[in-house]
Amino acid sequence: MAEYPDDCLYSKDHEWVRIEGTTGVVGITDYAQQSLGDVVYVELPSVNQTFDAGEAFGTVESVKAVSELFMPVAGQVTAVNTKLADSPELVNHDPYGDGWMVKIELTHPDETSHLMSASAYEAYVKAEASK
Amino acid sequence: MAKQTPLYEAHKALGGKMIEFAGWSLPVQYSGAIEEHMATREAAGLFDVSHMGRLEVVGPDAIKVVQRLTTNDADRLADGQIQYSVMTTPQGTVMDDLTVYRFNRHFFLLVVNAVNLEKIYRWICQHLVGVEASLYDVSRRYAQIAIQGPAAEDILQSLTDIELDHIRYYWFDVGEVAGIPRTIISRTGYTGEDGFELYIPMDKETNAEWVWGRLLERGRHEGLKPCGLASRNTLRLEAKMLLYGNDMDETTTVLEAGLDWITKFEKGDFIGREALLRQKEAGLKRRLVGFEVLDRAPAREHYPVWIDDQMVGHVTSGSPAPFLKKNIGLAYLPIEYTGVGTRFHVQIRDRRVEAQVVPTPFYKRKK
Repeated sequence: MAEYPDDCLYSKDHEWVRIEGTTGVVGITDYAQQSLGDVVYVELPSVNQTFDAGEAFGTVESVKAVSELFMPVAGQVTAVNTKLADSPELVNHDPYGDGWMVKIELTHPDETSHLMSASAYEAYVKAEASK
Repeated sequence: MAKQTPLYEAHKALGGKMIEFAGWSLPVQYSGAIEEHMATREAAGLFDVSHMGRLEVVGPDAIKVVQRLTTNDADRLADGQIQYSVMTTPQGTVMDDLTVYRFNRHFFLLVVNAVNLEKIYRWICQHLVGVEASLYDVSRRYAQIAIQGPAAEDILQSLTDIELDHIRYYWFDVGEVAGIPRTIISRTGYTGEDGFELYIPMDKETNAEWVWGRLLERGRHEGLKPCGLASRNTLRLEAKMLLYGNDMDETTTVLEAGLDWITKFEKGDFIGREALLRQKEAGLKRRLVGFEVLDRAPAREHYPVWIDDQMVGHVTSGSPAPFLKKNIGLAYLPIEYTGVGTRFHVQIRDRRVEAQVVPTPFYKRKK
C-alpha cells in the first residue's frame, strides 16, 4: 500500500509539498514512484530559478518512462537534492524523505487551496487507478 | 480493446502491471524492471510471448516460398533447425524479421512480430499463386513462453524428459513439457542469454497457465522471476537484438540495419535481392550503430541525433542498460561517422549531450 503522510499537501500531478512557513519541500508521491518503477535519472532545475504552480521544473526517468515534474505551488528554488544525481533510487526508497527534489521559497505562501490533503489525495489516486 | 493472451489472468494474479503493446494487453513489469533484467542475466527470467504471430507454410513447394520471401538461406537448414531471417520489400527494406523453423522441406513454422502478422499473412498469400503450398495462421493454436538465463536449462529439464543438452542453439525438438504433449521446445530467445522458447498447444485452455505455473514453482529456488516488456526491451537492447518498428522498418534496408549476415545473395533469387545488390555495389550511405551516451541522462527513441550542427537522424532505441550500468542506444548515422569511437551528439530535451559509437553487441554472455 502506498503511503501519504499527513504533513504534506498533494497535487493532481502526483507531487507533494511540505510547507513550513514561507518555504516548501517538493517531491513525487509514493503512488508516482510506484507507477514509474525503478528511477534511474532525475533532472532538476538550478537554484534561484522561479516557477509558477503547474509549471514543469524537471524530469524523472525510470527504465521505461520519462515523466515531467510539475511545481505544486509557485516558488523560487533555494536548494536541489544533489544526492539524486548519484542515487536516483532514493526517490523509490524514500519519496517523502531522502528522495525529496527541490526546496522553494513560496511566491504566494497562502495559495494552497488547490492542493489536496493526504486523505483527499488517497481518494483521488483510487479514482485514477480504477479508470 | 486490447487482446488478452492465455496468461492474462496469471499476470494479474502475479501483480503484473498491464499495458497495451502491439494490440495486446501484456505486463510491463512485475517486481521491477531492473530486478527482472538482472534475474535473467544471473538466474532466469520467464516471459509471456504468446502475442507473437505463428504461421505454417505447408506443401511440396514450402521451401520455395520461404526461399523467395526471406533473405537467409533456408536450404541450409536441417530438419529441426531454426534460422533468424528477414522478409524484404522489392526495395530491400524490412517488412519483418522472423525466425524460420524447419520441420522438413514441406513444413516450415514462421514466427513473426505481432504487429506485422496480418501484413505478413497477406504478403505470403500473394506469393502462393501457382505454387503447391498452403499458409495457416496458427497463432492462436499456441501459447508461447520464453525461459531465459543461465538457470533456464536446469529449471526446464526438471519438467521434461527431452534431453535439453541435446538441443543446440537455434535447434528445436517436440515433446512433453509439464505433462503437455506436442510442445515445441526451441533453444532461442530475445535476451542475449541461453534459454528456451516453448510453444504450448492450446487444445486445452488451461495448458499455458499450467506450464507457466509449473515453471515458476520449479524455478523459485533458482531465482527465476516473471519478466515484463520493460526488461524484455532492455535485455534485447544490451544484446543488440533489433526491434521491428524502431530499429528497422520499411524505410530501412537490411544492409543499413546491419543484417548482411542473414542476407545470402549466393542462394539465388529472393524478393529485394536486386535492390540490395545495387545498394551494396553503390555503397551504403548510412548504417545502424550502437552508441553509449557520455552523460547520466538516458537517450530514448526519437531523440534527435546531431553531427556538428546538422541533425542527421534519430535514436531508434535507447535506454539505461541495467546490467552494464550505462546509457546505450541505436541510431542510423551517415556511413563516414559509423566507426567505433566516433563522437556525436544526442539531443536530450534542451541539451545536446555527447555520445560515442561503441562495438556491439553491448553485452555478450560468457559461453
